[in-house]
Amino acid sequence: MDNPILLTMRHIEKRFPGVLALNNVDFTLRKGEIHALMGENGAGKSTLIKILTGVYQMDGGEVQIEGKPVVIHSPQDAQNSGISTVYQEITLCPNLTVAENMFIGREDSAWIQRKEYEKKADEILGRLEIPTRGARILGRCSLAIQQMVAIARAVDMNCKVLILDEPTSSLDDKEVNMLFKLMRDLKAQGVGIIFVTHFLEQVYEVSDRITVLRNGELVGEYPASDLPQVELVAKMIGKNLDEFSALKGSGKDVSKNGEVFYEAEELSSSQALPFDFKIHKGEVNGFTGLLGSGRSESVRAIFGADKVNGGTVKVKGEPVKITRPIDAMKHGIGYLAEDRKRDGIIAELSVRENIILALQVMNGFFKPISRSESEAFADEYIKVLQIKTASRETPVGSLSGGNQQKVILARWLLTHPDYLILDEPTRGIDVGTKLEIQKLVLKLAEEGVSVTFISSEVEEMLRTCSRLIVMRDRHIVGELTGEDLNQAQVMKTIAGGEA
Amino acid sequence: MNNKSKNIFGNGLGQLTIPIIAIAILVIFNLIRDPSFFSIELTHNNEGNSVLAGNLITIINGASELAILAMGMTLVTAACGGQDISVGAAAAIAGSAFVKILKSGDSISAGTVIIALLFACIVAMIFGAFNGTLVAVFKIQPMIATLILYTCGRSIAYWINGGATPTVTSPILDAIGKFIPGIPVPTPVIIVIIVGVIFKLVFRLTSLELFTQSVGINGNAARLNGINSTFVKLLSFIILGICVAIAGCIGVSRLGLINHETLLIDIEMDTILAVAIGGNNLGGGKFKVGGSIIGAYVIQMLTITLYAMKVSSTDVKAYKAVVIILLVVIGSPVVKEKFGKMMNKLRSRRAKVTVKGAERS
Amino acid sequence: MKRAKTLVLAVVLVLSLVLCACAKDSGDKKDSSGNNNAGTTNTSSGPIKVGVVNNPPSESGYREANVKDMEAVFSKANGYDLKTAYSLKNDDQLQAAQGFITEGVDYLLISAAETTGWDDVLKKAKEAGIKVFLFDRMIDVDESLYEAAVVSDMAKEGETAVKWLLDQNLSEYNVIHIQGAMGSDAQIGRTGALDEQFASKKMNKVVQQTATWDEAEAKKIVESVINSKASFNVIYAENDGMAKGAVAALDDAGITHGVDGQVIVMGFDCNKWALRELLAGKWNYDGQCSPFQAQIISDIIQGKKTVTSKKIINEEKGFDAKSLTQADIDNYGLGE
Repeated sequence: MDNPILLTMRHIEKRFPGVLALNNVDFTLRKGEIHALMGENGAGKSTLIKILTGVYQMDGGEVQIEGKPVVIHSPQDAQNSGISTVYQEITLCPNLTVAENMFIGREDSAWIQRKEYEKKADEILGRLEIPTRGARILGRCSLAIQQMVAIARAVDMNCKVLILDEPTSSLDDKEVNMLFKLMRDLKAQGVGIIFVTHFLEQVYEVSDRITVLRNGELVGEYPASDLPQVELVAKMIGKNLDEFSALKGSGKDVSKNGEVFYEAEELSSSQALPFDFKIHKGEVNGFTGLLGSGRSESVRAIFGADKVNGGTVKVKGEPVKITRPIDAMKHGIGYLAEDRKRDGIIAELSVRENIILALQVMNGFFKPISRSESEAFADEYIKVLQIKTASRETPVGSLSGGNQQKVILARWLLTHPDYLILDEPTRGIDVGTKLEIQKLVLKLAEEGVSVTFISSEVEEMLRTCSRLIVMRDRHIVGELTGEDLNQAQVMKTIAGGEA
Repeated sequence: MNNKSKNIFGNGLGQLTIPIIAIAILVIFNLIRDPSFFSIELTHNNEGNSVLAGNLITIINGASELAILAMGMTLVTAACGGQDISVGAAAAIAGSAFVKILKSGDSISAGTVIIALLFACIVAMIFGAFNGTLVAVFKIQPMIATLILYTCGRSIAYWINGGATPTVTSPILDAIGKFIPGIPVPTPVIIVIIVGVIFKLVFRLTSLELFTQSVGINGNAARLNGINSTFVKLLSFIILGICVAIAGCIGVSRLGLINHETLLIDIEMDTILAVAIGGNNLGGGKFKVGGSIIGAYVIQMLTITLYAMKVSSTDVKAYKAVVIILLVVIGSPVVKEKFGKMMNKLRSRRAKVTVKGAERS
Repeated sequence: MKRAKTLVLAVVLVLSLVLCACAKDSGDKKDSSGNNNAGTTNTSSGPIKVGVVNNPPSESGYREANVKDMEAVFSKANGYDLKTAYSLKNDDQLQAAQGFITEGVDYLLISAAETTGWDDVLKKAKEAGIKVFLFDRMIDVDESLYEAAVVSDMAKEGETAVKWLLDQNLSEYNVIHIQGAMGSDAQIGRTGALDEQFASKKMNKVVQQTATWDEAEAKKIVESVINSKASFNVIYAENDGMAKGAVAALDDAGITHGVDGQVIVMGFDCNKWALRELLAGKWNYDGQCSPFQAQIISDIIQGKKTVTSKKIINEEKGFDAKSLTQADIDNYGLGE
């Protein structure tokens, strides 16, 4: 069963300013195996791959190919060592032919006649049973074919290690099957494939082995057949199955008699498939599911953050139209975005300006908050949320992640929302602050504010939510309340399948 | 004490450090070269008014159009992360529109001048809105979008009045472009102050500053906080349009003549430079209008200094370029960072020395 | 993006409309001439047919006056049938000239956009017995292909002006010389004569700077001289606009100028507004750059003037504030 070892990465360490992205990670790939690399956001998957492909330089550890140590300083080095990558976004040239794409930029291609390499391409494509011809324009082929052409190019360049980074995310089922067939063929030829994906079923369909990373550390390497899906989820999220405690939802269930604050039917956006959802006054609910399950996309649709495509929405029973963030804000909805840096902070502006921003927008262009008033607001929330900042005029970008998050929380609290959507408010911040934020959520609920709370740490959600909506592959697959609100049940619902 | 001085030079001046140092160097250079360079005297002009004269007045007066345009350009830069290169051409259009109204009647009354000013403003605002729409709605890069008006603007100005260079004479225009009887300060200087105060008031009475900065720094976040970034960008171009109209009308009033080919020629580049020298990030974001105004005076002081040194005006541009390269490079993040590192090193070395000294003693 | 396309389209449309209007203009005139006695030249019975190929009046104030002058001199009342074609493009002009030859005009008058490319057309005109006159601008062809060329001599404009200045018999000449865009014909011509005086030390150069025809720049140059306390008594500006800018600086500084003033002010181009300044005694001299070549050509056509040299220098005046009359302004002033 155990094939000879092809690639060994040992004690890999990578530091970014302020973060240890990879800490003593080992990874082993054998000849002729498909090896799934799994982990939630921030686990270190992409960092590991970028080290392997020469995009990043590692700070410690060693890489061996077929037992020989190799030094990878650039993508060219990686290629020379027989490591090829096919990314999620196709990096070929859509306006050239398939054959040109397969041979472009390769040393041996310069003097070959066009006809000649079209013939050669057809030969390779035929061997790999990829249904296209060398003379076709790449852009006219389906995404799956384009991806396969990229793979064929890699294979023809004598690659030993093939990295497929989320190759299936934009393919339909049929195309996925085509790709898997190709992967199995390559495996039979002795290529080692590293397969990165967030689709659990697909992992089990093709992978021989699974390596799980979490928070930059190695959780373990397992034969796929020995690791049930639910256990995989547990390992990714960071809980041991044995440890399944009786931790239950501690949020108060107000869904029985409470008044419904927000209700959506068939709501969909450019990013989210249609879904139904409602939340009561003073209720804390959560959306859970793995990365890419559609949890963030759904709450963005509620806030009007992406282009809303359809559905009916009621706030306090009244039908309303929410297509832009400002509409949602006017109906008392606040939204703390998942990506703090990209969608949250205005880095160069001061803490004070960041705090008053949303309130100022709601007040309108011609009613600016006076300097003294805004200073009072800022001081108040710096105190209430214990934001650690040199002064209220410090640029928010220079604060730590947790304090930046508090500033954005302050921004929304200042608008006194009726409904607050918090997408990953606790990501990347210290434990103390996490607890503070959880406490704050419960306090708000007691005051009658509805809260949607999203966290990749299930435990956190169990502590705060009275209802959990579980998503998988962009669909809502379950809603847990009361007795069902425990970790085991959550894992099972997330994992789906046989577990 | 140490902390305080660090505040003044570290945070207090902030982005104004470079322009203020630049102006200080120019002043010192001129004082050494010719101590009387900055002398101001009260003389009488040919209309019999007592007026101030001297190089300093020439500089401040001459930079008026540039300063006004730089204020508007600062906003566009901050909101859109790009610059409007059509301001000179648009000013020619506004100036032509101004003259068109002035020449429509037999005599020029105060009423005609006001109507002409308003008309010029409206025309310039329309062209500003045109540029703004290209940038904000169609998401065309500002420089490319405004290239259109830059190219055809002076032709449009020509169509308004026909080929010749029409002249207009009126005491009211002299009051705008030269001096108001009884006030020894050139009127354009006063207009700059008024425009500056209006900017300050607008910032005080609206959320323009906060919204513009938010859109410029992080458009995504601004949108998710309900800011209509299209509106903010469009508005910045319309405000620049008003500035353009004011600058164009001052230009016309100075000489009572519109030459569509030469009115505020090449001013767009000086305007962008003024914004850059003012320490504003040309990629958008945080801004200081005051910096741009100082930037405008730096450029003008440089020009007049070179004239005073009898440098041929064909060579002036080359000398200007050298100084500006220096200023912009010194103000660049790379140099700032290097400089900061160097200062840190010096500081730590000094600290080590003190420690060593302490050990010895 | 769409908007940009629309604008470009609009600009193209407007331009083509303008061109159409020009073309139509000439067409109308063609129709209005009822009797067509083609082929024969200079018969006393019918009007003399003249085709003029020129730059469009929109080019400059000079051209506007030039076009008006042509239309006035070659009018029906004077016994002419005028056809015109205006373009800034040499190719269009060549085509128009070809058209006039085919139509069978008696005389072809050309102010070319470019100096080259005219050989063939002028040869064809000669074969067809059409006489060619060049005006305002020379063309690189053999002299035999045209009857005469009536042009301005920019260097002479400068000489006339400097001669006038020397005639003022000042005890010393301290001159501020404001130049046009460096390298242009007008700048080179008008600078030459003055440079000679500077070289021979008859006049002192206080400052010599180009303001690139920019009025505001001219003002700054003079202001900087005033601020430097250098003494001067002549401002020689190479066009009217720059002279106006210079005068504004003098006004601000309380320096008198013009007739009986401390400083002599000289300009060029003879815009009407500039001549009015002369008449008011605020300026001293304005040199003409004459756009009026039509009368000379008409005189040659009608035999009132004989051609001694193919290159006829259009006589250009220099106006002195002391002798200028309102009639001069009406006759020679450009613009309004």
